[in-house]
This record gives sequence, structure tokens and C-alpha cells, in this order.
Amino acid sequence: MATVTDADRAAVDAVHAEAFDAAVAADERIEPRDWMPEAYRATLVRQIAQHAHSEIIGMQPEANWITRAPSLRRKAILMAKVQDEAGHGLYLYSAAETLGTSREELLDKLHAGRQKYSSIFNYPTLTWADVGAIGWLVDGAAITNQVPLCRCSYGPYARAMVRICKEESFHQRQGYELLLTLSRGTEAQHAMAQDAVNRWWWPSLMMFGPPDDESSHSAQSMAWKIKRHSNDELRQRFVDICVPQAEALGLTLPDPDLRWNEERGQHDFGAIDWTEFWDVLKGNGPCNEQRITQRRRAHDEGAWVREAAAAHAAKHTTRTKTTTEATA
Amino acid sequence: MSGDWPLWEVFVRSRRGLSHTHAGSLHAPDAELALRNARDLYTRRSEGVSIWVVPSSAITASSPDEKDPFFEPAADKPYRHPTFYEIPDGVKHL
Amino acid sequence: MTPTPETTTGAPATATAAAAGAPATATTAALALGDDALVLSHRLAEWAGHAPVLEEEVALANIALDLLGQARVLLSMARDEDELAYLREERAFTNLQLVEQPNGDFAHTIARQLLFSTYQRFLYEALAGDPVFGPLAAKAVKEVAYHQDHAEQWTLRLGDGTDESHRRMQRGLDALWRYSGEMFRPVAGLEAVNWQELEARWLASVNAVIERATLTVPEGPRHGAWAAGAGRQGLHTEPFGRMLAEMQHLHRSHPGASW
Repeated sequence: MATVTDADRAAVDAVHAEAFDAAVAADERIEPRDWMPEAYRATLVRQIAQHAHSEIIGMQPEANWITRAPSLRRKAILMAKVQDEAGHGLYLYSAAETLGTSREELLDKLHAGRQKYSSIFNYPTLTWADVGAIGWLVDGAAITNQVPLCRCSYGPYARAMVRICKEESFHQRQGYELLLTLSRGTEAQHAMAQDAVNRWWWPSLMMFGPPDDESSHSAQSMAWKIKRHSNDELRQRFVDICVPQAEALGLTLPDPDLRWNEERGQHDFGAIDWTEFWDVLKGNGPCNEQRITQRRRAHDEGAWVREAAAAHAAKHTTRTKTTTEATA
Repeated sequence: MSGDWPLWEVFVRSRRGLSHTHAGSLHAPDAELALRNARDLYTRRSEGVSIWVVPSSAITASSPDEKDPFFEPAADKPYRHPTFYEIPDGVKHL
Repeated sequence: MTPTPETTTGAPATATAAAAGAPATATTAALALGDDALVLSHRLAEWAGHAPVLEEEVALANIALDLLGQARVLLSMARDEDELAYLREERAFTNLQLVEQPNGDFAHTIARQLLFSTYQRFLYEALAGDPVFGPLAAKAVKEVAYHQDHAEQWTLRLGDGTDESHRRMQRGLDALWRYSGEMFRPVAGLEAVNWQELEARWLASVNAVIERATLTVPEGPRHGAWAAGAGRQGLHTEPFGRMLAEMQHLHRSHPGASW
């Protein structure tokens, strides 16, 4: 009887690896059932999970203002936006599931603090203007990060991102419009808008991650075409986009070193406080504890509902058809 | 009792005349709720006129390793494609 | 406050009840129905970030958004929507007490949804031919039919799920039952509605769902024992004042401002 030796396995893997590298090099998409290096799979799971977690934790700071939205029009917009974030979380968990990791498993890791979400959501939304600043700056930074992900080498992730980017196009605009209305409003409203921009500007710049020379996963992710641009490249692009937008808003970006550099054809900007970044990442941000506690509570308090529906389904399986068609 | 809901694949017909296309997946305890969740999630911007939901576990897929034997026989039958045939210039409606 | 361009362009409908040549009672009715939708939408929106499962975050938000859309059309029929939502005192709101009840657990919310969406569906069906409310009712009835379906599906699953879910669902129905009678007191301006028939249809429908869900139709009274009246007369329950305080606070802190 023939036995499969380690050498055989290595030979098979080498053939697979060659096909994988060729596909990535040719800008083809990797699909769920294709062979892929374990490290590629692990990197994707980590990144998609973090992205999904960010969507659902990111609901909290904005949901904080739904019940106080100052006009019914704004209330409808904010509700639709927070709902989109739940939907985007769902798309992303779906993408992660194609890699053989269940949503339950990922949520458990989030709740246990073993997987991260974007640190930006550990900052509080203190005034209504923060809703606008999140839309303009936080969603703006997210979009700058996400648009290149629509061409990510992993098919399901890329497709989820296409859908998300399409749906998110209104998120940034509504934030900008909100701030513009405040900036052109009463003195108190203008001050509220400026204060929000002052608080959200630097954390937004941190959203692109540590500088390239300190980013541990960047090089490999770029080689695998999971990532298409470096952290610093995207951060610079974002700053250049924001400067004229801030001017049009009539608001100031809180950086005395921010100025146009004719030679580089880009803006110079001040040093980012990376101590704060690492501190918040480690759990010392103003809302880390609060966000994860609320998330865990919603999950725990919902357990009996999920169990009830599962129990009902088990009792009534005969009635359940495997495929159902209906008009939506 | 476990509260883990099974995974369902969602197929959406975006308008009459088109096939259902895979939109993504979701979790639901049963087919009826899967259908409703799919409606809420994948058609909230009026992206669909009809939805199918199928338990992910019910899908049998071709293996990517079988790719060549499975799909190559079709690749050597170019006569199935209209561009295989040469038609003199000026001949229309063919 | 004069409506700003912001609010007028944002309002889904610009036709007012007065413009439609309707009597003043139409305004009363628009407010009653509009307040129901506004207040229930607010309560449902409180679930954002707290739902038992992600799929339900999306579902509850859909329902809340449908209701808010209805509220904006209805309130705009009477006056400026924001002025009505943000600048009226508690006693001027004429929503049913049922819709202002706090969310409680998921079963409590589903019980409230079942009682209200069944009522709202039959009410809008009855208003289909109404000259003032017909156009709104025709659109809203489709939305509400879906809300009712959502509530029924969950009532069945919670009622006939686990012992715990059964107990919670029964508790929700029992607690809210006393607020259900108020729905059938005639509202001035809705002359197209046969309220007795509406109540009979509602009872038959709700009872059937409760029984299918292996639950018991509550035995308690369907009216509160208070001669002064209830929500339609501007008399509310204590949690409502707090809800309004939260909802109106920011708007009221900046008199005359645009948002």
C-alpha cells in the first residue's frame, strides 16, 4: 500500500503554491475553495474579522445620538446609516465564513478581547457635531482605506467591499453636509462643529495604522495583494483630500504644521502622537471597556432569543422546505 | 440548546428577465426567517424582485482541484461559440 | 418657528390636510396617526446596537425607518414636522399609550409590535379609499403588512421555542394587553373606519397568532381604569415624559437653529 510521505505533501504544496502565486501575480482572484497558504488564510481572517468587528462596534458611538437627533430628517439618515453598519458587518462576517471560520467563533474572540476592532470607536461622541465629524473624517478615512480593498486578491472580501463602498457613498456626504449646516448656523453650532473636528482629526489620521516602518503585517499583505497601498501613502492621500474640504466647511484642522509643500506637491503635516495610538489600542482609550461591555451584554441578553428560534426550528423541521422562493 | 443558527446562501433576482445571482450569506434558524432576513439585508435599497435562500450545507460544489478535467472538455469545443464561424462581410442579421 | 429649507425639502409630502380641502378633524387624525408612528419608531430605534442578533438589528431598523417615514408624511399634513415633533409638550401628543411603552426584553417588544402592527394594518386597509389618508394608507399598508408578518413570525418562535422564551412572550402579552383597548376608540377625522369591525378583525387575528404560538390570550381587561382617558386625549404613562425629554433636548437647546 502506498503511503503519503511528508515529501509527497511538500511536493503537492509546492505545485499549489506556484499556481497561487501565479494567480495573485496575474491579478486573478483567489476563491474560497482554492488552495492558499495558511498564513494568507490567517491574515485574511484576522483582517476581515477586525473589519467586521469595527462595523458592529462602530454602530455604538453613532447610535448614541439617534434618540437625540435634532430633526426628523437627520434622525432618518442616522438610523439608515447605523443600519447599514450592521449590514456591512454581516457582509464581512459572511466573507470570513468562506474561509472556514464561523461568525460565532469570531464574535467569541471579539467578546473575549482576543480580536480587535478599529481603535477610532474607542473615542466618545460627546455632541451632535461628532456625528458629522465621524461621517466626514472617520468614514472618509475608512473609504480611503476601503476603495483599494475592492481589488483585494481574495474574491469574497473584494466583492463584500464593492457592495460596502457603493452603500457607503452617502455616509461621508451626510456627515459633511451635517457639519456644513452647523458651521453656517448659529455661533454655538459653529463652535460645536469646530470642537468635534478638533477632537476627531488626529484619531482619524491614526486610522491608517502605524507608520510604514513600524507596520508588522504590511509588506506581506502588499505582496499578497490583500493591501494595495502603504499606510503612509493612504494617510497622505487623506490629508490632501481633507484640507480643501475643511476650507469649504469654514472649519480649521487642528494642526499648526499643516501646509502645502510645493516641492512634494503634497501637504506637510504635524507629528502624530503614536503613544496615544498604542495606548488606546492596548485598551486604555476612553470607551474601550464601555464598547465591549455593551457588545457582550447585547449578545448575552440575546442568547435566549437565538436559542428559542433554534428550538422552534428543531421542532418544526418537517414544515421547513429547503428552498423557498418568494417575491420581496 | 445551542443558539447557533445555520448559514444560508442568498440568491437575488435583481429584476424580471434576469437569473438569480448569489448575493451573499446570512444566519437564520429556519427558511422562513432566512427569507425575511435576506429581504431586509440584501434588498434594502430595492436591489431585488425575488429571493432564494438555500442552506449552505445543501450546496455541493465542484472541487477546485478538479478544475481541469471538469471544465476543460468544454474549452476545446469552440464550435459552440458564434465567433467560430466566418461570415462574409456585409452579411447581416446572423 | 418657520420651516427652514432644510425641513421642507426633507419632508416626504408637501400637501397639507388643509390644502386637500379636508376638515380640521383631518389634522387631529393626522396627528394621532403620526404620533403613533413617530413614537413607536423612536422606541424601536432604541434597539440599535442592542439587538439579540445582527440580522435583527437590520430588521428592527427597517421597521423603525418605515414608521418614521409614515410619521413625517402624517405630521407634515398638519404642520411643520420638526415643530410638531420637537416643540410640543407631552400633553399635546395624542399617540396611543401602547406605542410609548418601553422596549423591555425582545419578547416585550415583539408583543408590542404584534398588537400595534395588526391594528395599523387593518386601519390602513380601512383607510384605502379615504380622500385625505388614502394615498398614504396605500403605500403604508404594504410596509405594515411586513411589520405584522415580522411580529407574527417571532411570536410563533418565542411562544413555541423554549420554556424561557414561552414565559417571556406570555409575560409581554399579559403586560401590554391593557393598552390594546384604546386603539379602537374612534378618532375624529377617520370617518371611513368602522371601529367595531376593526376591533373584531384585530381580536380574531391576534388571538389566532397567540394560539398558534401555544400561548394564552390574556384574561385581563383591555382598558386602563382611568376615567380621564388615555393617549388620544394627551394622557400618557410616566416613561413617555422621559422619552420626550431625550428626544427634544438638543433641538430645544438651540431655539430657531437649523439642522
